[in-house]
Amino acid sequence: MNTILFILQKEFLQVFRNKNMLPIIFLLPVVQLIILVNAATFEMKSIRLQINDYDNSGISRQLISKFQGSPFYNITQAAYTSLDPESSLKKGNCDAILELPHDLEKDLRTKGVVKVQLIINAINGTSGGLTYAYTASVIQDFNGILINEQIRPQNPDKSRTIATTHSFWYNPELNYKTFMVPGILVLLITVISLLLSGMNIVREKEIGTIEQINVTPIKKYQFIIGKLLPFLIIALGELAIGLTIGKLLFNIPMVGSLPLVFGVAAIYISCILGLGLLISTMTDTQQQAMFVSFFIMIVIILMSGLFTAVENMPHWAQVMDLFNPIAHFIKVMRMVLLKGSGFNQILTEIYYLTGLSFLTLGLATWRYRKTS
Amino acid sequence: MVTTESIIHVRNMVKKFGGFVANDNLNFDVYRGEIFGFLGANGAGKTTAMKILCGLSLPTSGEIKVAGFDVYKETNLIKRNIGYMSQRFSLYEDLSVYENIRFYGGIYGLSRKLIRERADFLLETLNLSDIRNKLIKDLPLGWRQKLAFSVAIFHKPGIVFLDEPTGGVDPITRRQFWEMIYQAAADGITVFVTTHYMDEAEYCNRVSIMVDGKIRALDTPEGLKKQFAAATMNEVFLKLARNNQSV
Repeated sequence: MNTILFILQKEFLQVFRNKNMLPIIFLLPVVQLIILVNAATFEMKSIRLQINDYDNSGISRQLISKFQGSPFYNITQAAYTSLDPESSLKKGNCDAILELPHDLEKDLRTKGVVKVQLIINAINGTSGGLTYAYTASVIQDFNGILINEQIRPQNPDKSRTIATTHSFWYNPELNYKTFMVPGILVLLITVISLLLSGMNIVREKEIGTIEQINVTPIKKYQFIIGKLLPFLIIALGELAIGLTIGKLLFNIPMVGSLPLVFGVAAIYISCILGLGLLISTMTDTQQQAMFVSFFIMIVIILMSGLFTAVENMPHWAQVMDLFNPIAHFIKVMRMVLLKGSGFNQILTEIYYLTGLSFLTLGLATWRYRKTS
Repeated sequence: MVTTESIIHVRNMVKKFGGFVANDNLNFDVYRGEIFGFLGANGAGKTTAMKILCGLSLPTSGEIKVAGFDVYKETNLIKRNIGYMSQRFSLYEDLSVYENIRFYGGIYGLSRKLIRERADFLLETLNLSDIRNKLIKDLPLGWRQKLAFSVAIFHKPGIVFLDEPTGGVDPITRRQFWEMIYQAAADGITVFVTTHYMDEAEYCNRVSIMVDGKIRALDTPEGLKKQFAAATMNEVFLKLARNNQSV
C-alpha cells in the first residue's frame, strides 16, 4: 500500500510539472467540447433546393412559396429554366432539384393526378434520405390543402385522414446538442485516458527508467495501480469539468443520478486505461504506441454509436460492439443523463464494462513483464 | 572486507537469443565484500550476463545464485537484496534530487522517516544539500551519475551492480566515483562493475575478461598481468582481444 502511495506521488508530480501536457489534458478537451458539440450536427436547416418550374401556374407558384416559407429550405432558383438540370448538382450549387412539369395545374384539375420529379444528391445517403423525407412531407402537406380547399371545397367533410399525435420524450425540443454532449464527452475522456496511459510506460522504456523499476522488488499490481490511479482521477476530474460545461453552456438535462454516472465512468476509464497500458507493454517507442492507439481509437469511436445508431448496423457489427467499451458507456451516459435510467436498467452495460475492464487490465498485467 | 564466501554463484550459464549465443557457458564466483570487475569489449555479453544476475532476464540454462537466491524462482528475493545502476541514465529528469531519492527509497519499502534521515545524511556527505530541490535535468552529468549510484545503494543492498557507470564522465569525476565505490565496499556492499576503461580495472579486487560470450581470464589484476606478461591491464585486454581475432 505504501509503495503505491510513493508511485502515486511521483506520477502526480510528473503530470503537474509537465507544462506542455497540462493544457492538453485540461484545456483542449474543454475547447473541443465547445467546438464539437456546436459543429457536429445532423440537423438539416438549409437544404439548397433548386425548383425548375416548367408550368409557371398558380398552383406551381403556391407550391414554391410553401418551400420558400419553410426554414429547412434555401431556394436557389425558382424560375422557369432551360439549364441542364444536372449541371448545378454537379457543381454543388444545390442539394436537390424539384421539377414541376408543364401542365401541372391542368393535369391536376382534369386527371386529378400529377407527378413531380425530385432529384437528390445522395452521396451522403443519410442527408439524401432526410431531404427526400422532408420534401415529400411538404408536398404531402400541400396535397392536403389542395384536396380540402381547391379540388373539393364544397364538401370538406369527405376528406378523412388518420392523424398522429405525438410527444417527444426525454428530449422534447429535439435538441441535437442534448444528444451530442454526453457522447462527445465520452470521446474526450477516452482520448485523454488512452493516450496518457499508452504513452506513460513506453516513455519510461524510452528514457530507461523502466529498467531501474524492474530491478526493484515492486510487485506488478502495485506498479500498475500506481500508474493507473492518477490517470483515473484525472479522467474523472475531466468528466466533472465536461458535465459542468454541458450544464452551463448547453443546458443538457441531468435527469439521472450523477454518482451512478461517475461510478460507471470509473469502470469504463479503468477499461480504457488497461487498453492503453496493454498497448504500451507491446510497443517500444511513444511513436509506435501513438499509432496503435489511434488505429484502435478510430475503429472503436466510429463503431461506438456516437454518430450512427448501433441498432442500424449489420448484425456482425452489433456483435462486435458488445466488446466496444465506448459503445456501452455512451449508451449509459445517454440513458442515465437524459432518460434518468437507474442502476437496474443499465445493468447489462455495467456487466459488459466490468468484464471488459477485467479483460484489458488482466491482459496488461500479464503482458507487463519485469523479467524478459 | 574481502571474504571467500561466494555471494554470486554462476555455473554453466548460457543465454541464447535465437541462434546467437550471448553467454557461452560462464562459470565464476563473486565473493562477499569484493569489487569484481566484469570486463569485455562492446558486444561481448557483459550486459546480458548482468541482466540475468539482476533478475531482469532469464538465462537459457545454468545454475545461478545471487545473494543465496535462485535466479529462476526467487527473482523477487534477489531484487530485494541488490542495487542496480544501468548504463543508461536512470533518474527521473523532471523530478528533483530529493524526489528521486524518496521515490526509489519508497519502492524499496523504506519508511518516510527513514528516507528523510538517510537522504539528509547522503546529501550532506555528497555536498549536495543546497541542490536537493533542483531538478535532475539541471544537474551536470557527473553529479547525476554520483547521485544515481547513491540511489542504487540507498536501501543498503548486499550487492550493487554497476553497468558502465562512468561512461561519458570526465577523469576527475571518474576518480571521485571510484572513491564512492570504495566507500560502498568498505561499508560491506559487494560491487559488481562492468567497464571498458582498463585503468578502472586496476582498482578492482578481481577481474574477469569476456570475449565473444566466453570468460577468457579471471584473476586479480596483478595475477592477470603476470599471466599475460603485460605491464598494464590495457595490454592484457588487447592481447586477449587480438588473440581472439586471429582465431
